[in-house]
Amino acid sequence: MILRVRDLRVAFPAGTAVDGIGFDLDRGRTLGVVGESGSGKSVSSLAIMGLHREAAVSGSIVFDGEELVGAPASRLRELRGRRIAMIFQDPLSSLHPFYTVGEQIAEAYRLHLRVSRRVARERAVEMLAEVGIPEPRRRAGEHPHRFSGGMRQRVMIAMALSCEPDLLIADEPTTALDVTVQAQILELIRRIQRDRGIAVMMITHDLGVVARVADEVLVMYGGRTVEHAPVREIFRAPRHPYTQGLLASAPRLPAGGAGDSPDPAAGSVAAGGSPDPVAGGVAGPVVKGRLRAIPGSPPSLLAPPPGCRFHPRCARYAAAPDDACVTEAPELRELRELCVLGEVGEVHAGRALRLVGAEGPPAGPVHRTACHLAETRGGSR
Amino acid sequence: MTRYLLRRLAAVAGVLLVICAVTFAVFYVLPSDPAAHACGKTCTPEQVTLVRAQMGLDRPVYEQFGGYVTGIFTGRVLGDGPTALECSVPCFGYSYQNALPVWDLLTDRLPVSVSLALGAAALWLAGGLAVGLVAALRRGTALDRSLMAATLASASAPVYFTAMMLLLILVQRLEWLPYPDYRPISEGPAAWAGNLLLPWMTLASLYAAMYARLTRASMIETMAEPYIRTARAKGLYERTVVTKHGLRSALTPIVTIFGMDLGGLLAGAVITEHVFGLPGVGQLTYDAIFKADQPVVLGVTLLAAFFITLANLGVDLVYAVIDPRVRYA
Amino acid sequence: MTTAAPREAAAGIAAPAVRGRSPGRIAYERLRRDPAALLGLAIVTVFVVTALAAPLLTGLNGWRPETFDKTAIDQALGGVPKGDFGGIGAEHWLGVEPGNGRDVFSRIVYGARVSLLIAVAATAVTVLAGTAVGLVAGYLGGRVDTVLSRIMDLVMSFPSLIFMLALLSIAPGTDRVLLLVLIMSMFSWPYVGRIVRGQTLSVRHREFVDAARVNGAMGPHILLREILPNIAAPILVYTTLAIPANIGTEAALSFLGVGVRPPTPSWGQMIDNGLLWYQVAPAYFMIPCVCLFLTVLAFTLLGDALRDALDPKGGGR
Repeated sequence: MILRVRDLRVAFPAGTAVDGIGFDLDRGRTLGVVGESGSGKSVSSLAIMGLHREAAVSGSIVFDGEELVGAPASRLRELRGRRIAMIFQDPLSSLHPFYTVGEQIAEAYRLHLRVSRRVARERAVEMLAEVGIPEPRRRAGEHPHRFSGGMRQRVMIAMALSCEPDLLIADEPTTALDVTVQAQILELIRRIQRDRGIAVMMITHDLGVVARVADEVLVMYGGRTVEHAPVREIFRAPRHPYTQGLLASAPRLPAGGAGDSPDPAAGSVAAGGSPDPVAGGVAGPVVKGRLRAIPGSPPSLLAPPPGCRFHPRCARYAAAPDDACVTEAPELRELRELCVLGEVGEVHAGRALRLVGAEGPPAGPVHRTACHLAETRGGSR
Repeated sequence: MTRYLLRRLAAVAGVLLVICAVTFAVFYVLPSDPAAHACGKTCTPEQVTLVRAQMGLDRPVYEQFGGYVTGIFTGRVLGDGPTALECSVPCFGYSYQNALPVWDLLTDRLPVSVSLALGAAALWLAGGLAVGLVAALRRGTALDRSLMAATLASASAPVYFTAMMLLLILVQRLEWLPYPDYRPISEGPAAWAGNLLLPWMTLASLYAAMYARLTRASMIETMAEPYIRTARAKGLYERTVVTKHGLRSALTPIVTIFGMDLGGLLAGAVITEHVFGLPGVGQLTYDAIFKADQPVVLGVTLLAAFFITLANLGVDLVYAVIDPRVRYA
Repeated sequence: MTTAAPREAAAGIAAPAVRGRSPGRIAYERLRRDPAALLGLAIVTVFVVTALAAPLLTGLNGWRPETFDKTAIDQALGGVPKGDFGGIGAEHWLGVEPGNGRDVFSRIVYGARVSLLIAVAATAVTVLAGTAVGLVAGYLGGRVDTVLSRIMDLVMSFPSLIFMLALLSIAPGTDRVLLLVLIMSMFSWPYVGRIVRGQTLSVRHREFVDAARVNGAMGPHILLREILPNIAAPILVYTTLAIPANIGTEAALSFLGVGVRPPTPSWGQMIDNGLLWYQVAPAYFMIPCVCLFLTVLAFTLLGDALRDALDPKGGGR
């Protein structure tokens, strides 16, 4: 186990952005973290990197046996870039405009591995070649604005992987890219992960991305986990009304468009990642367009709704209001046993179930969700 | 690059020509009789006519202008007969009141103004950048707020006020500094700098305050850029993040302002030179304006415009060095 | 996309009105809680009221700004004010002018009038001219933009102080105030023009402008009703910060002797005069300096606060 997060909370002066999330991540595995903007997914990843400067981080982040919450800043700096690497959404603004890509890749390598300028430079060229940039030696001497969007993200990946990290956090790595390029970048990340056996935390709002690369999915809403399950489960049988809403609002292609996908549901979402090439280039509006199927807007950090944060937008709550939804925050519960037992009544009562909270999940991914009104059987789809 | 430079130089020449024309038109068209001023109060009308002929004022404006511009490159002879004046290259006209060619006056006074401008610029850049950087990195703290309050006060004080206060305190009360009395650098750098320190501080206190505010704003904006987050994510030392990744970008807008400010000051800080009685181009301008010494005013205007356009060119070139995006454009 | 575009555009048409109020509201709330802004506003109010009420105030102390009071100065000592601190007392609240005994308070009060009038008028002319040129250049683009931008670059290359000095020293005309306003604006409008041009360029292809065009709106209508309200914030901020700059410029020009002519009082002129006397009557030099300093400081505080308040990224600066 390379990363073990428990009850992670990140509080800013303005409000709490992440309110108790937890997950495990093994080497060679990919965790997809899904949510709208403001759901706390990026904040969580920055907390793991130790990059929050004005926030209070509590809970536990154990990286390769080492507790990172409360660790000295100097130790976090040593780990950053060396063992935990990160790539970001917009590769152009994430690369310094004044330095060549070669310099930017070599910079971290030189610092962490204490090698000469020449060796670091060679390493940069090598990494550029590995991420599939043609003529890497020449391109290493060019500045980021000379690269296309996809090539820039390849540069970012080369930079992140130059020190052979154990964990790669990818924060919406394909959002700012053209659809065709998105697939290439995802393929690249998957290939490198297989070759090197690193753990990947893939943060995205795009279920298509999740379907392609993730082994497990964590769905976040309002700073909390609402559903956590193996990827197949999420697409086959989403339990949380929010997850169901996300899936329902994602556009689909006509049948046959997803022939090569292992899972029909996942495939349709993946292939339907964006039917409109224009809209695919600018990700923001697309998300809104998709999520318009879920009424209302994401909760405010400053004044989150009481109880279940999703209840103001929840169709299930609207259909059958339950006081618990307004008064109590639902716990993240494992649903596997329920499926075995099939006791529908108990699920609706909710409280008799074994709770899987701060203690963490048992070995192996299970399907957990946080909803007072969670269904037991396959989702509404 | 060479082509770009040539094109820019041509543009500079064009701008200077237009400024020259406008200045010429304004001073020679407006109802003021330079000849009468040049001749002096005791002149008879006949003498004024003679002076007017010698200054070329009896000819059409465009002809005067043509003569002026060609004189810069070829030199010229003003007037004719026994009173003709030889004005050698570069001829920017002749100051009858000083009985010297304008060029000689300018070159005589220029070292003072350049010394003043460069020394002050060094002081205000160092001070302004340091204060701005510290304030940006300690943003929101009491230190930040007091530094910003101090710069606001410093930037709001009129130059003559600052000058008198510094004089009162540093020269009269504490007697740490001599009363400014320009010494050329050839008399020794200590005497030169010692005498210019007060004017330098006066100018620098105004500009340093503005630069501190600019640096702070620019630095805060830069440090919020995604590439700064990338630099941190790479595990770089915070010092490296701030200097190599942050400051370098934050300084680019300041280069522009610095170029404009320095260009404007090289041809004389009129008020500062006036207050301290420094014999620079600014003081020359002040005197020439009140004596209606048009050739000198015209020459100073051109010199100042030359410095400003040159500074702008310099800024663009520096930009191309700093920012590769400009280089390829 | 085909269905979304008109909808967004339609939303955009209504946007200026809706948006125009809500960020304004936010800014107002931020300003109200900003002590620096309130301090600036208080000082500005004091000086503006003083300037407006100048005749009333001089009626109270009984001294016209031009009236000599030979009894208040020591003729034997070359006109040094009698009494401490430049003759400050019940009769002359801020002392008297050395040499002729004119009342400093009355001159400051009337000087505030001149300073503020010139600064505000020059700022108004600058902003109007700059906005007009910037809007046209940014909106029309092409050759018009090229020509106007060149002209702006050219004007900005003029050594403005030297030029202003020279022009003011030889310019005829009896109305010095008007002359100062025009000459000061002449060199500052391109700075506004550049800002406005840039802003116009950035909004002229936004959906609400296209929508207005599709709906048959004409150029002037689009410029004034669609574009101008959306770029008003930076213009407003520039305006607030240009006033103190112009107050400083007017004082500098008067200080150098080319501003308003005596007997009209002006702070810069008083400072210039005070410089001659500062060894024996420092108060006469200090008082107008402090007034000038406070006014410039107050307007700058206000402008800074306004800029932060209107900054959509939040006023955390």
